[in-house]
Amino acid sequence: MLVLGIVLLQIDLSQIISLLYILFFVFFIFYGQRIQLQVTLREVEGSLYKLKYIKDEGRRIAIETIKEIGKPQTEPTSRVDRFLEYFTISPQSLDPAGVVWKLEHILDVRDARFKDEVKMMAPAADETQTNNLENTLEAAMALNYIYKVIRHYYLLGKKTLSLYVIMQLQMILPLVMREAEAYASALKAFAYGQPIGDGAGAMVAAKLMHGHETRKLPKDCVVATVPIEGRTAYVIKAEGPGGNVGKIGDAIKTIIEENEGKIATIIMVDAALKLEGEEVGEVAEGVGTAIGGPGVDQFKIEESILKYRIPINAVIIKEDIGDAVSPMRKEIFDAVDNAIERIKHVILERTKEGDKVIIAGAGNTIGIGQ
Amino acid sequence: MSKASASTATRISSFILMIIFVTLALSLTVLIVAINAFISEQEVFAGYLLLIGFLGVAFSTYLLFQTRRRILSLRIELPQITTTIECKKCGFKSVREFQRGDYIFKEVEPCQKCNEKMLITAIYREVRGKEKERERFPF
Repeated sequence: MLVLGIVLLQIDLSQIISLLYILFFVFFIFYGQRIQLQVTLREVEGSLYKLKYIKDEGRRIAIETIKEIGKPQTEPTSRVDRFLEYFTISPQSLDPAGVVWKLEHILDVRDARFKDEVKMMAPAADETQTNNLENTLEAAMALNYIYKVIRHYYLLGKKTLSLYVIMQLQMILPLVMREAEAYASALKAFAYGQPIGDGAGAMVAAKLMHGHETRKLPKDCVVATVPIEGRTAYVIKAEGPGGNVGKIGDAIKTIIEENEGKIATIIMVDAALKLEGEEVGEVAEGVGTAIGGPGVDQFKIEESILKYRIPINAVIIKEDIGDAVSPMRKEIFDAVDNAIERIKHVILERTKEGDKVIIAGAGNTIGIGQ
Repeated sequence: MSKASASTATRISSFILMIIFVTLALSLTVLIVAINAFISEQEVFAGYLLLIGFLGVAFSTYLLFQTRRRILSLRIELPQITTTIECKKCGFKSVREFQRGDYIFKEVEPCQKCNEKMLITAIYREVRGKEKERERFPF
């Protein structure tokens, strides 16, 4: 003890600091990654907390809306919880021939199942309200899924202490959070039946067909025959004002077949994702089938136009993912008139007087009548 | 269950709050002791105490604001939605807050001027100045 005391007294302060400095380095060589992992885990945990809050809010809003609109006889909570866990298995594509039809069938079954469930949950809701409730539940379902996937990777990273799993999660988190926040604002829009940014295409079609007689087309679509610049335009959109995207592919095919392929051009209008730095509500023009979704409608339209060699043009209204699922922004609403002007331009430049054209407004028509 | 979990997310942990307030109280006490030390002419000791006291106050205030910021960031802000109603006959226009059941091209109450049925012609949200400024880009 005495010797140790003497040695300690001989070591001055600068030596202690040097020793600490070396120990600090050695510590960081061995434990640096572990510390980084803990810091990253804390960061992910914070976002996971927020995701949980958003998910729970989504569930609460869905249940409240069902109770308010649907007037259910029994408590809908357990049914909503079951609904939030629904999944859809995409068809096998090892042999890709015919996969579109298989996918369409699966989506039809899913759609019918969802509608039945919503009707059982909310027996007092009318057709429009049923569609809106279905959209609300789908948004809550998306939030539930996002939360579960992020939680899965967070716990996996924590269990395996793998820096690479956690870092990948941390890198994509800002984008995931943006999407989750967008769905959160979509929830209220769907619950109240407010038009959303994705409905820009449907809004263009609605403005063009308003005041003209409409008839129903398969499936969940409407068409109006509108004279534009001396041409006959068949304006198509999903039937509103309930939350609905319709089967625009089937509707276009029907009109083409009704006219035996004598269509001068097809103009598709849709909302499209903008790149960062581009203005919200910017209108652009191009060629191709402007329609989102799983690809079934795009496939059908492309098949129909190929059969009769019909040219197809596209007009898009730019917006980001947040704007697409949240209540329609004024900039997007104002862009609708610009898009109509562009459509008229295309018609004048690409067709002759007396021609027949199809104008199809794609997107969710929630909150937009006709 | 949802209400409970939502409140868990928005609630400040009582343990953290306790730590923050204890730190704040101790720091304030240290500041008072520092003043006393100054009065009794122990300047060096008082200087150390002042430093510790101010650091403690700054640390606890920072933690308190951080916790509050986390709660605020958890809120889902609801945008204000505007409905525009127009009379197609006389052009009379009125703007009001969105009401459940409103949709574009819905016929609503008669016009105040010509008694013709009015039409909802627009439903949109306006992005506030701060958010818009964030979107603005110099190039």
